[in-house]
Amino acid sequence: MARVGVFICHCGTNISGAVDVARVVEAAQKMPMVVIASDNKYTCSEPGQASIRQAIVSNKLNRVVIAACSPRMHEPTFRKAVSAAGLNPYLLEIANIREQCSWVHSHDREKATAKAIELVKMAVAKVIRHEPLYPREVPVTKRALVIGGGITGIQAALDIANAGHEVVLLEQEPSIGGRMAQLDKTFPTLDCSACILTPKMVDVANHPKIRLLTYAEIKEVRGFVGNFKVEITQKARKVDYSKCTGCGTCWQKCPEKTPSEFDLGLGKRPSIYIPFAQAVPTKPVIDTDSCRYIKYRQWLAAGEQGKKPPECRICEKICPTGSIAWDQEPQTITEEFGAIVVATGFQVYDHRHYEEYGGGAYPDVISGMQLERLMNASGPTGGEIVRPSDGTHPKTVAFVCCVGSRDQAKGRTYCSKVCCMYTAKHAIMLKEHDPDVQCYIFYIDVRTGGKDYEEFYLRTLDDAGAIYIKGRPSKIYRDGKKMIVLGEDALMGRPIELAADLVVLATGMEPRTGADKLAQKLNISYNTYHFLVEAHPKLRPVETQTDGIFVAGACVGPRDIPESVAQGSAAAAKVAGLFSSDTLVTDPITSVVNRERCTGCLLCVAICPYKAIDCETTRDTRVVAVVNESLCKGCGLCVGACRPKAIDLRGFTSQQILEEVNSLWS
Amino acid sequence: MELTYEPRIVGFLCNWCSYAGADLAGTSRTNYPANIRIIRVPCSGRVDPLFIVKAFQLGADGVLVAGCHPGDCHYSDGNYHTRRRVGLLRPFLDYLGLDKARLRLEWVSASEGKRFSEVVSSFTDTLIKMGPRSS
Repeated sequence: MARVGVFICHCGTNISGAVDVARVVEAAQKMPMVVIASDNKYTCSEPGQASIRQAIVSNKLNRVVIAACSPRMHEPTFRKAVSAAGLNPYLLEIANIREQCSWVHSHDREKATAKAIELVKMAVAKVIRHEPLYPREVPVTKRALVIGGGITGIQAALDIANAGHEVVLLEQEPSIGGRMAQLDKTFPTLDCSACILTPKMVDVANHPKIRLLTYAEIKEVRGFVGNFKVEITQKARKVDYSKCTGCGTCWQKCPEKTPSEFDLGLGKRPSIYIPFAQAVPTKPVIDTDSCRYIKYRQWLAAGEQGKKPPECRICEKICPTGSIAWDQEPQTITEEFGAIVVATGFQVYDHRHYEEYGGGAYPDVISGMQLERLMNASGPTGGEIVRPSDGTHPKTVAFVCCVGSRDQAKGRTYCSKVCCMYTAKHAIMLKEHDPDVQCYIFYIDVRTGGKDYEEFYLRTLDDAGAIYIKGRPSKIYRDGKKMIVLGEDALMGRPIELAADLVVLATGMEPRTGADKLAQKLNISYNTYHFLVEAHPKLRPVETQTDGIFVAGACVGPRDIPESVAQGSAAAAKVAGLFSSDTLVTDPITSVVNRERCTGCLLCVAICPYKAIDCETTRDTRVVAVVNESLCKGCGLCVGACRPKAIDLRGFTSQQILEEVNSLWS
Repeated sequence: MELTYEPRIVGFLCNWCSYAGADLAGTSRTNYPANIRIIRVPCSGRVDPLFIVKAFQLGADGVLVAGCHPGDCHYSDGNYHTRRRVGLLRPFLDYLGLDKARLRLEWVSASEGKRFSEVVSSFTDTLIKMGPRSS
């Protein structure tokens, strides 16, 4: 006989503000099998949990209903509380009367209260049919995959490896380093970005526990926490890395030149290339889109149509180790991991979307990242800040903040967080490069949240003499050699027209193209901008709703370098925590077959997405389905498909769901 | 039709997308009519057509089945099965003397709190316009 206790939470005023809790308690007391119903100001607090434990013991309860926030929030907390009182933790049911009641029906107390009572009634009807469930243990593969070789991924990989676990660091580009490698200096300390990043890149390359997989992508992810099976596509580099020494002869001699992605089109690179001088690994790849010999081979394969491309092959002729491998094809590597850290980072918002500013149309309207490359001593101009159009030194420079951020018209409502600060840095750096430069900065608000950031921003005003103009420019156009910025000085309330030599658009951050596709492969959520979604924005910032998959850095939202590094380390700590035990406890909510009822049609075998159902022959020679509980993820797809109703899902049995429906009309 | 007619809706929501979307509607305080009673299921593919028929048999004015968007199922392809099952069940509603519009299948992701509230609002509106069930 079930003895149910119902505990209703006020959640401060979050619930009691819209729901008459006293009436819910009163109604619950009259529900079938309910022995006790009571309320609490904060059920999740220690006193709240203690009162539940006490009530379980003193009333000999064997089922518990908690009416509070969403089970997605505190189900684990309350399971622990119930368990502490000696009850099986799965004999608990949560009625979601906050997210799905008080918070959405705050306008109608009567209806909200009536709904809360019914939600409790449904939970009582379900909990009566709960059976005790027992989790199982599965082994953990103590090996981590870090996706993304930017500063976040590098930090995560180093920390996991230093904790003693093997790591595979996967990067889709030919070198690790990410966006930080492109930067010149970093705010607010003006550290040289490469000087602090490249030693870490070398640490990764030399670490005995880290295996680097560059120029590679995720193909497919299967499995579950502790036991992921990942298929990785190693893209064809057309260079045999087992022979290549990275001597550099090939990329110095390659005659074909194509715009460099790393320099954002401001410079050129050969077809066989490393993206930048300090690349890790320092071994080249051949860009098959621009390579002359690859084009020649395509021309041959297409039946010699059109103009014959040159049959170059210079790299092959001069390579001292014979490393060029024209016939190399993409390869699929299958690896097993216990945990995955996603650190795919960001890309700079494409300023070509701002036609009103001439983004992409005028050579002297550049993005903030392009200015980084111009300032950088190893950049396309060797650190000379010049106008891309005519190579002259700009004296008047206009900056436009919030390009691709805080702009509803462009579908980007979020603040990219770093642009105010890097614009301040640019103004200071420009003045250092050339004392004659005058900077004008168009801004909406200057946001300097961070240690020493405000002080750094004040230097732009005091030391660099930059002039800040509040207001978003309406238009930028060319007049002779000058770029004219039209706008409004919102503080003075008058129109402004500024003739500048160079315009820098402080472009914001957006997730990498394909972040959504990767999230789908990993079964994790992403928001409308394709930023990945953390399990809880405050309390579980590097976890996801999928156990064993962690997120860190700018793939979750705009982050600066210190935050990205902190998140990389945080994710690593989570992975190390996961790997601290040899086995994992798995969710006991799985399918179970009633062998007497099973007719052996095996429709369930075909339908199961996890290949968790197999068949076996009983002693009376009948073929029946059998569920492998360590593979079953508890989706319940097989239950709906089973014609003789021989399969059921623990914790969500058909009878329980029908009882929930029934309770609404009883 | 009485002026006070309040349709009763049973909603079967998958845990990973739609139930989380309904939670997000709450977190963002997006009000919607209080006519829906939500039943959490791991996947919309867990919804046996029997549950839907049972709800109608007991007197539900509308049934909502909501899952992850096609391609986004937490269990890879559960929602495709849902789509087929609901598609197959729908013609039978005619046979039961029910308007097909009383059964709704919607895709609501974990980030679509606003969309969830819109779905409930529009479904409730539709049911109010249709009036109480005749059978």
